[in-house]
Amino acid sequence: MTVAVVLDGVSCVFGSGAQTVRAVDRVDLTIEGGEFFTLLGPSGSGKTTCLRMIGGFTLPTSGSIRIGGEDVTHRPPYARPVNTVFQDYALFPHMSIRDNVAYGLMVQKVPKAERHRRADEMLALVRLPGVGDRRPMQLSGGQRQRVALARALINRPQVLLLDEPLGALDLKLREQMQTELKALQRQLGITFLFITHDQHEALSMSDRIGVFNQGRLEQVATPAALYNRPATRFVAEFVGAANVLDGELARQLSGLASVMLRPERIELVGDGAGHVSATVMDSQYFGAFHRLRVDLAGTALAVDLNPQQHPSLPEPGARVGLRWAADAIHPLAAEDAA
Amino acid sequence: MSASLPVSAARPAPGGPLRALSDLLYRHRGLALAALLVPPLLWFGVIYLGSLFTLLAHSFFALDEFSGLVDRSTFTLQNFRDLLQPANLDVMLRTVLMAVAVTVACTAIGFPIAYYMARHARGSQKALLYIAVMLPLWSSYLVRLYAWKLLLAKEGAISWVFAEMHLTWLLDALLATPVIGGNSLSFSRLGTFLVFVYMWLPFMILPIQAAIERIPGSLLEASSDLGASGRTTFWKVIFPLAMPGIAAGSIFTFSLTLGDYIIPQVIGDSTLFIGQVVYRQQGVAGNIPFAAAFSLVPIVVIGVYLWFAKRLGAFDAL
Repeated sequence: MTVAVVLDGVSCVFGSGAQTVRAVDRVDLTIEGGEFFTLLGPSGSGKTTCLRMIGGFTLPTSGSIRIGGEDVTHRPPYARPVNTVFQDYALFPHMSIRDNVAYGLMVQKVPKAERHRRADEMLALVRLPGVGDRRPMQLSGGQRQRVALARALINRPQVLLLDEPLGALDLKLREQMQTELKALQRQLGITFLFITHDQHEALSMSDRIGVFNQGRLEQVATPAALYNRPATRFVAEFVGAANVLDGELARQLSGLASVMLRPERIELVGDGAGHVSATVMDSQYFGAFHRLRVDLAGTALAVDLNPQQHPSLPEPGARVGLRWAADAIHPLAAEDAA
Repeated sequence: MSASLPVSAARPAPGGPLRALSDLLYRHRGLALAALLVPPLLWFGVIYLGSLFTLLAHSFFALDEFSGLVDRSTFTLQNFRDLLQPANLDVMLRTVLMAVAVTVACTAIGFPIAYYMARHARGSQKALLYIAVMLPLWSSYLVRLYAWKLLLAKEGAISWVFAEMHLTWLLDALLATPVIGGNSLSFSRLGTFLVFVYMWLPFMILPIQAAIERIPGSLLEASSDLGASGRTTFWKVIFPLAMPGIAAGSIFTFSLTLGDYIIPQVIGDSTLFIGQVVYRQQGVAGNIPFAAAFSLVPIVVIGVYLWFAKRLGAFDAL
């Protein structure tokens, strides 16, 4: 496997003096060729700035960026072997869909007949044939999304950058596009660098995920490793639901300073039959599961229960026992001062 | 939670006349719309379109040579035949060429300023630029015109600057050029052109600026991302999308130049422009019908201009 993108100590600082913002803070990252890599993080965490630096729209304050082994740190976007699917799609409103898709070829002065043929091919690839003569305004959000994808792929980039491309779509369409994007990525073998703040999206599509928080990369891992063995408290809480216990309670239960327990790993048993006893506070119904909130010595814990196994839930105020397997307790690194 | 919110007392009492009126307007949306639209439409229809059609009607009347009164009893096309006399065609050609030159110059000067205002200026700098562009419009047009008369005079500031830079020969060469030259800048068509460009520049900058501001930054990034250099991005993305703004601005500069009769009277080589002819015909000569016919020329020219602009795709990005 070749290496597609390498970030080496990359920082990006905006503003100056008291208003300095370290949008990206000393990030080291290696993305393998052909990988579906996702940068996950809340808004303002630096993931988009990171993508923009790879695309060339923002220059890093320090550090270097290599794409396909070449140093591109200070190159303009048009001299980089990457293409971008923008969050707002950024389709040219004054051009037909075909001309939009063929734009990258037009720039390279590919003859008109050839570029129209290839644009139509790309439109067929993203399953949007026959719209070539229309204008972007005449398409729905989901269709524009596909056009943006076709336009970014026509130059056969080494890396495709996707900046929260599914954010504006409704849930059903988003799920469908997730499946299609993943299939397209396998089919083309192009490295995808995907940005999202949606942990479900990240978990379901990615080969590997990098979690951003406050400009720093907290953890890079496969979806399963990220979910089951989060390195920090932030990752544990951002990816999936997590019960994080610290202090005296954590020490009593595991002898560690800070631990994580996923709600679905906790079993509900009779009062006194589990490791601990807790008081039921309330419950929420999510279709696939009930989420019960219980009070364990002053700390609220979430417990996910299968509705088939628990057709009736304990009333608020009831005392219940909680039990879990030994490996359900996952130690977390101690929080730094920040 | 047993506390209930107090019911608002601001509504008209049920069954009251206001309530009934409100219900009536709600059920018949067209009624409310008509009530709101009729006054401004009347104003627009009578004051603007009405007077324009009166003008059009007048152009078909004739002037009685003896009495000097307008004869409203017969319709004639004589005024339009008179328009085609060589002297009048000369005036039209001169005015249209001037309008084209002024429009081109205003676009060339205005575009970079508008682009900077829209894409680079931020905060207070942007406010300052807005003020700088609009400031000339806050003072009287006549005051500025006579100020220019002094600037352009033989002993004026511009001649002085040329002399100080030892470039008097250049100014003299310019003034010796036929058609655009003259005794001094203030008595040359070049001077008329400079003042026209000065006067109408804000009307070109503001629409272009508004058009460029509406272009999302991501479009320029997308163009660059797809391999386009700055020049290609300009011609393929920025320029076509700014085109409606240029078209709007050029309608201002073009029609303002076509209709103006004061600037060429104060500054220039005393050849006539359309506005001056109209002014003289309705004033000194008292020939309202011919003045009316002549004042339709700019309207027709603008119409043709818009048709061409549309054919060339100036409004495709709207």
